[in-house]
Amino acid sequence: MNTYFLQVFNGISVSSIFMLAALGLAVTFGLMKIINMAHGEFIMIGAYAAYIIQNIFSRYLPASIFDLYFFVAIPASFFLAGIFGWVLEKLIIRHLYGRALDSILATWGVSLVLQQLARSIFGAPNVDVKSPSWLNGALLVLPGLQLPYKRLFIMLLVIACMTAIYFLMYRSNYGRKIRAVMQNRAMAASLGINTRKIDACTFAFGSGLAGIAGCALTLLGSIGPTLGTNYIVDTFMVVVLGGVGSLWGTIAGGFLIGTGNTTLEFLTNATLGKVLVFTLVILFLQWRPKGLFTINSRSLDE
Amino acid sequence: MSVKTFLKTPSNKVFFVIVLLLLAAPLFLSVFRINLLGKFISYAILAMGIDLIWGYTGILSLGHGVFFGLGAYAMGMYLKLEAAHGKLPDFMAWSGLEKLPAIWAPFSNPLSLIFIVLIPAFLAAVIGYLTFKNRIRGVYFSILSQALSLIFVVLFIGQQAYTGGTNGLTSFRTMFGLPLAADNTKYLVYYAAVFLLFIVYLYCRFLIGHRFGKILIAIRDGENRVRFSGYDPAVYKIFVYISSAVIAGIAGAVFVPQVGIISPAEMGIVPSIEMVIWVAIGGRGTLIGAVIGAILVNGLKSGISESFPEVWSYFLGLTFIAVVIFMPEGLVGIVKKYAGRIAIRREKKDKTAEKAPSVN
Amino acid sequence: MKIKFLPKMKKSVIFALTALFVSSAFLSGCGSSQASDSSGSAGDSKDTIKVGVLHSLSGTMAISEVSVKDAEMMAIDEINAKGGVLGKKIEVVTEDGASDPAVFAEKAKKLLQQDKVATVFGCWTSASRKAVLPVFESNNGLLWYPVQYEGMESSPNIFYTGAAPNQQIVPAVDWLVKNKGKKFFLIGSDYVFPRTANKIIKAELKSEGGQVVGEEYTPMGHTDYSTIINKIKEEKPDVVFNTLNGDSNVAFFKQLKDAGITSKDLITCSVSIAEEEVRGIGADNMTGQLVSWNYYQTTDTPENKTFVANYKSRYGQDRVTDDPIEAAYDAVYLWAAAVEKAGSTDVDKVKEAAKGIEFKAPEGNVKIEGENQHLWKTVRIGEVQPDGMIKEVWSTPEPVRPDPYLKTYDWAKDLAD
Repeated sequence: MNTYFLQVFNGISVSSIFMLAALGLAVTFGLMKIINMAHGEFIMIGAYAAYIIQNIFSRYLPASIFDLYFFVAIPASFFLAGIFGWVLEKLIIRHLYGRALDSILATWGVSLVLQQLARSIFGAPNVDVKSPSWLNGALLVLPGLQLPYKRLFIMLLVIACMTAIYFLMYRSNYGRKIRAVMQNRAMAASLGINTRKIDACTFAFGSGLAGIAGCALTLLGSIGPTLGTNYIVDTFMVVVLGGVGSLWGTIAGGFLIGTGNTTLEFLTNATLGKVLVFTLVILFLQWRPKGLFTINSRSLDE
Repeated sequence: MSVKTFLKTPSNKVFFVIVLLLLAAPLFLSVFRINLLGKFISYAILAMGIDLIWGYTGILSLGHGVFFGLGAYAMGMYLKLEAAHGKLPDFMAWSGLEKLPAIWAPFSNPLSLIFIVLIPAFLAAVIGYLTFKNRIRGVYFSILSQALSLIFVVLFIGQQAYTGGTNGLTSFRTMFGLPLAADNTKYLVYYAAVFLLFIVYLYCRFLIGHRFGKILIAIRDGENRVRFSGYDPAVYKIFVYISSAVIAGIAGAVFVPQVGIISPAEMGIVPSIEMVIWVAIGGRGTLIGAVIGAILVNGLKSGISESFPEVWSYFLGLTFIAVVIFMPEGLVGIVKKYAGRIAIRREKKDKTAEKAPSVN
Repeated sequence: MKIKFLPKMKKSVIFALTALFVSSAFLSGCGSSQASDSSGSAGDSKDTIKVGVLHSLSGTMAISEVSVKDAEMMAIDEINAKGGVLGKKIEVVTEDGASDPAVFAEKAKKLLQQDKVATVFGCWTSASRKAVLPVFESNNGLLWYPVQYEGMESSPNIFYTGAAPNQQIVPAVDWLVKNKGKKFFLIGSDYVFPRTANKIIKAELKSEGGQVVGEEYTPMGHTDYSTIINKIKEEKPDVVFNTLNGDSNVAFFKQLKDAGITSKDLITCSVSIAEEEVRGIGADNMTGQLVSWNYYQTTDTPENKTFVANYKSRYGQDRVTDDPIEAAYDAVYLWAAAVEKAGSTDVDKVKEAAKGIEFKAPEGNVKIEGENQHLWKTVRIGEVQPDGMIKEVWSTPEPVRPDPYLKTYDWAKDLAD
C-alpha cells in the first residue's frame, strides 16, 4: 500500500519538476513564439549560480549561516539567468521575432556556445552542490512512508512561481502590457507601449524562471555543462501537450507527462516508460494538434 | 534533359565541377582522405534531402537522423550478416539470443538492401500522413520530430539483442565478397558514393524544376494560399517528406561501408540538428548550397577539431548564429550577391564598351 | 550574358573530361600502385617515435576522458625526460574522438594511415572501442585501452590495461555474498556494459545461492530515480549492485539519500564510480558505499605516492587520481617496456615482446598475460570516505589472472560461446 501511495507522490513530484523546468519555456515559447533551444542551458546557468553562491558562503561567510545560502541562491540564479536572457534577447533574439523556425536554429547555436562556456569556466566534470541541511531528511507520514523534504520544497516552489506568474501576467500593469504586445504588437505600440522593452523584459523573465528551475534541480541531480540537455525535450513536450500560451496548459502538461512517466516506469521499466509517454503524446497531438488548452484565435497563420 | 540545358544554370555548372573534382580527387589524395571525403559525400546526399523539405518546403525536421540511421542500419545488418558467415553476429550471442531474430533473417540476402529505401519510406509515410493530414506544422512539427528521434535512440539502445545497443553495428569485413579494408574496395565505394550523389542531385533537380517544385515553394511561403488555390498541401508534403527520408536512408547506406560503424549516436537529436546546420551554412533552398555546406562544414570539423577541440563548439555555435541571423541564404546567398554585383558591373562595362568603337 | 559564359564553360568541360580520363586511368592502375606501403617499423622516424592519443576531448565523455589523456601525457613526458624509448623521443599526435564512435573510427584511421603512429593510447566507452577495433585489426595497429569493461573480447591488436570482469565484478559479487547478503538488486544504465555485467552477476549468483530481486535499466541522462528507489524499497534487497554511468549516478545517490536510505540501511556497490565521479556526486551523498576497482588514490605503494604527487603538481592540487587514470599511465610504460625489449616499434614484434612483461605500477605489480593481452591485476573493494577518498576494505592477496571470457568459471559456461 505504501508503495502505491509513494508512487503517487513520486508522480506529483516529477510533475512539479517538469512544470518548474517548463515554466520559463511557457513564457518564451508560449507568449513570444520563440523556440529557445538554449532553455536547457539557462537551467544550467541557474544551477551553476547556486554552485557559485554555495562556494561564496562556504569560503567567506561563517559556517553557521551556510544553510541559508539557498535563499540567496534562488534569487541569484533567477537574476543571473535573467541577465543572460536579457543579453541574448538584445543580441540575437530580437532579430528572430516572427521567424520561429530560425529561432530554433539560432538558439541551438547559443546552447552550443553556452555549454562550451560552462566547460571552459567550470571544467567538464560535474560539480557538487551541497543541499542545505534543513532540506535533508523526510516527512514521516506513516512508518515506511517518507516524503523527502526536497521534493516537497520543489512542489512549494512551483506553486510560488505559478502564483507569481499569475499575478504578474493577469493582475499587474506590466502583465497587461506583455499580453497586449503579444496579442497585437502594432496596436500595442501605437498605444504607447515600448514593445522593445517589453520583449527584452519578458524574455529575461522567462530565462530567469529557467534559472530558478536549475537552482532547484541541484537538490536532486547532477550539475554539469550538459545538465540542460537532459530536460530540453521533456520540457518542450510539456508545453506543446499543454497548449502553447496557456499557464494552465503547462500545469496540465507537466502533470500528465510527470505522472505518465512515473506510472509507466513503475509498471514496465524506465526505457519503455519514456518511449511510451512520448509515443502517447505524439499520438495525442495528432488528435489535438494545439494541445490540451487552446487559445481560440481566428487568425489563420500563427 | 540534355547535358547542354542541364549546364545552363550556374548552380548546375558548379555542381558539375564539384562532381568532376570529386571524381579526380583520388589523384591527389591519400586513401584515408578519400575515405573521409566519401563520408562527407554521404552527408552531402543527406543534406540535399533536408534541403528538399526545409529549404524548399519549409518543414524543419529535427529528427532526420532517424531516417539516416534506419538506412544505415539496413546496410549495416546486411554487412554484419555477411561478416558473420552464417553464424550468429557476436553481440547477439552476448545478449543471449540463440538464433537469428526474424527481423534480421531477410538481411542475409543482398536483395534486402531494398530496405534501405523501403523502411525510411514507410516510416516517413506513416508519420507524414498523420502529422500533415492533421495539419501539424511549423515548430510543432519540429518538436515532434525531435521527440521522434529521442524515441528511436532510446529504443535502439534498449533493444541491445537486436540492434547492438550503444555499440551499434561494427566489425564489418566484406561487401559483396570484397574486403572492405582493401584500397580497391574503398575506391569502389567512393565512386559509388559520388555516383549516388549525382543521381540524388538529378532527382532533386527534377522535382524542384517542375510544377511540383513551385508548389513546394508556395507551401513554404504561404500554405493557406496554396490550399485555397485548390491544392492539398498535405499530399505534397507527405510526398516530399518521403523523398527526403529515402534520400537520408541512402545517405546512411553510403555512410556505413566507408566509416565502418553505425550506432545510435548518429541518430540522435544533436546530429540531426547538425545536419540542418550544414544546409543553413551552405544556403537553404539551393541544392548546391546543401552539398557545399555539408562538405565544407565537415571538412572544417575534421580540420579544426584535430588541432583545437575546444574551439570547435564555439566556432560552430557562433557561425550558426551568425548565419541564421545575418545571412539566411548562407554561402550561396553571399556568392549570388557578389556575382550579381559583378554581373551588373559587367553589364555597365558592356554598355560603355558598346558606345566605344569596337576593335573587331 | 549566356554567350559570355560559354567559353568559360567549355574550359571547365575540357578540364572535366581530362580529369575524368586521368582519374579512370589512375583507378585501373591503382591496384598495383601501393608503393608507399613500407613494411618497416611503424611510426619510427630518425629521432622520434610517433604515438597517437585518442580520447573524447569534447562532448559528453570529455568528463572522464580528459583526465585519462592527462595521465598518458604525463607518462610520455616522464619517459621522454629519461631519454625516451630506444633512445628516441616520443612524439604525440592527439586526436579528439568527440564522444562519437564514428569520429573515433575516423580518427583511428587517420592516426594509423596518415600519421602512421607506432601505437595508440585511447578510448573509454565500449562503443568507441568497438568502433575502432576493426580499424586496428585491418591496419595491424596497436591500441592500449585503459578502462575496465564487460569482457568477452580479446582482439590481437588491443592491449587491455583496465580490469576484465573477473578482476572487478566477479570478486566483488563473491565478497558481497559472503559479507553482506544474498539478495541483489541490479541497476544500470541502458547500454552494453551494464547489461553484460548483470548477465555475469546473475550467473554467478545462481551458482553461489544468491538471488536477484530486481533488475532495472535507465536511459542515458535519466534524471529521476524516485520510481526505481521505490521499487528497491519494496524488494528489500541486501545489496544494490550499481552499474549506472555518468550523470545518472549523481541523481541516483542524491535521491537515494533523500529517500532515507544510507549505507547503514542498504549497501550499494558501484563499478563505474571512482574518485573523480565521487566529487561530482558529493562525498556526503555516498559515504560508506562500496566500490570495486584495482586502484585507489590511497593505495599504499611507494610508486603510487610519487605518481599521485607528480600528477597533482602537474595538473593542480585539487585533481584526483583514480583507476582508469592509473591504468592509462601504466599502459604507456608497458608499451615502452615492450618496445625496449623488442628493440623495434613494429607491431608484431612489440606484441610478441609484451607477453609476460611486468611493471611496478602505482597499483602494485602488473603483468601482461600473453594469451589475451590483458593485465594481471589486484582486485580491491573500497569504501567511500566523507572526504571523497576511497579506503580499501578488502583486496586479493595476489594479482588475479585476467579471464575476459570467464573460461575458468564453471557457472559461466553458457555465457560465452
